[in-house]
Amino acid sequence: MTTIATNRIVPASERRLKNHTSIAQTVRNSLVMAYRGLVKFRRTPEQFFDVTLQPILFTVMFTFLFGGALAGDIQKYLPTIIPGVLAQTVITASVVTGVQLREDMDKGVFDRFRSLPIARIAPLAGALTADTLRYAIATTITFLTGIAIGWRPEGGVLGLVLAGLLIVAVAWAISWIFAFFGVIARTASSVQGISFMVLFPLTFLSNAYVNTATMPGWLRWFADVNPVSHVITAMRNIVAAQPVGADVWWTLLGAAVMVAVFAPLTVRAYMRKA
Amino acid sequence: MTSTELAVEAEGLVKVFGSNRAVDGVDLRVQAGTVYGVLGPNGAGKTTTISMLATLLKPDGGTGRVFGHDVVKEANIVRQLIGVTGQYASVDEKLSANENLYIFGRLLGLSGKQAKAKSAELLEAFGLTDAAKRPLAKFSGGMRRRLDLAASLIAQPPLIFLDEPTTGLDPRTRGQMWDTIRSLVATGSTVLLTTQYLDEADQLADRIAVIDTGKVVAEGTADELKASVGTSSLILRLTDRNDTGEALRIIAEVFGVQGTPSPEAGRITAPMSDPDRVTDLLLAFRGAGIRLAEFSVQKPTLDEVFLTITGHGVATDAVEDTEEVRA
Ligand SMILES: Nc1ncnc2c1ncn2[C@@H]1O[C@H](COP(=O)(O)OP(=O)(O)OP(=O)(O)O)[C@@H](O)[C@H]1O
Ligand SMILES: [Mg+2]
Repeated sequence: MTTIATNRIVPASERRLKNHTSIAQTVRNSLVMAYRGLVKFRRTPEQFFDVTLQPILFTVMFTFLFGGALAGDIQKYLPTIIPGVLAQTVITASVVTGVQLREDMDKGVFDRFRSLPIARIAPLAGALTADTLRYAIATTITFLTGIAIGWRPEGGVLGLVLAGLLIVAVAWAISWIFAFFGVIARTASSVQGISFMVLFPLTFLSNAYVNTATMPGWLRWFADVNPVSHVITAMRNIVAAQPVGADVWWTLLGAAVMVAVFAPLTVRAYMRKA
Repeated sequence: MTSTELAVEAEGLVKVFGSNRAVDGVDLRVQAGTVYGVLGPNGAGKTTTISMLATLLKPDGGTGRVFGHDVVKEANIVRQLIGVTGQYASVDEKLSANENLYIFGRLLGLSGKQAKAKSAELLEAFGLTDAAKRPLAKFSGGMRRRLDLAASLIAQPPLIFLDEPTTGLDPRTRGQMWDTIRSLVATGSTVLLTTQYLDEADQLADRIAVIDTGKVVAEGTADELKASVGTSSLILRLTDRNDTGEALRIIAEVFGVQGTPSPEAGRITAPMSDPDRVTDLLLAFRGAGIRLAEFSVQKPTLDEVFLTITGHGVATDAVEDTEEVRA
């Protein structure tokens, strides 16, 4: 190990150096970081439980638990419950983004990323991008489970794909909230703690499982404005080949607002630490 | 590149953590193409100093420049010129050695093919080819250290920071690391390393800064530092240890100072301020019939340098202050 570099090192004065990172480089660096996320997934399959086993469990459990009571029969409940469970599962999966980001930032390897001439934002952007794969897996498995227990959406494959893309986009937008907690929190477990306090009201106080008309007025008001309700309604209509109306726009607007608020906050907090 | 180009130039660097001035006005000037050693006990501020120069920490005062580029204002340029091997492994534990180097290579702008080739080349050079696909969790400390250094060399940076590169390595692995560092310099790199080991600085570094509680307390070549604490010692081993008493008496008479006998092997150490008097001493020994088995002159060790300069030893400090703080 005495021969390290056969070629001589280019002296500093003969190098072409620049003090800014171009957008193209930022994208390239982020994609490499996303690739790193994927390689890590492969190494740690246990991190996939929440997007593989959990959707199966929730779909089956909630359908048979609430189906009879809420819709009279299981089959009739499926078009309501599948998008609901899907939204809850995928949004829950986006919490993990923040938790893992915190864990990652505490690792020594982050010091190396910070010493490399790469876009500062790349590790953050890469982590969030890699996680869209997790959301896509959760989406596919939820749909397949639904179909396995008798769900027959009228919208066909196209409807499923469109609804899937919508929820993945929304989960990505929401993951900025948890990424923000991930960046500012001291420990990974505290990220989990804060995130679940946001997550439970957001997902359960919606039309995921029950018709909002059955709720007391104040709760109904919240459930109706809750962006999660809009994405669920939008998905229900898309997969049932119904006109989607304003819900898709409300959903996309909500997602855009979340990104507009939390992405700069997260990036700023992250840059201060990075 | 002129021979006087400075790879690192720090002026009055300060870093304060709460009320603790971890780095308190450090000046460093490192010539390009040399090895510079920063020597100090636990908590002296070595890692903090390197972190500021490597753009990982913002200085609270003073300036740092790497090949003339400011570490704060031109951080991105500085990052294109440095490789950093931190005190704590900065590779991804969950990935294999191969995957780690490949990803760093891609981040540094290599194509997929180039990154693969570079990774293979470095793993080969560091004797890690056989372990390339294993997860790092199964790596020994020495292997991890080597991989860490390999990762810092992907871009062939002209300046390499090594924070305690051999702490925790066995003597053989340490020797290999020293060879590696020497060969880096032979290819034109500048190396700034920190160490707690005086012999390591002595072996590797062209110049040394001794730092203690955030301040540079001495700077110079190893020889200059040793000379600054003064005299060399004369070391004598007697053929017949029963002559020790008589020999000490003669030393006192000729040198005018007290020699120190070491009990185990009939060895005597005596401070030697004037080499010319040695002739007199040897003649006096011959006259008294004292025979010598061994005779040598020893320059002061850096241990003594350290003790003299800081007023406290290294070893005791290392024991008292083992608490590690990540920067
Ligand atoms: N992030 C931090 N927050 C608070 N204090 C810190 C931080 N990093 C270092 N310190 C303090 O700054 C001082 C210098 O620490 P530093 O790590 O630079 O020492 P060192 O010379 O590298 O020591 P060692 O040989 O143990 O690695 C220590 O007193 C340490 O406790
Ligand atoms: Mg240190």
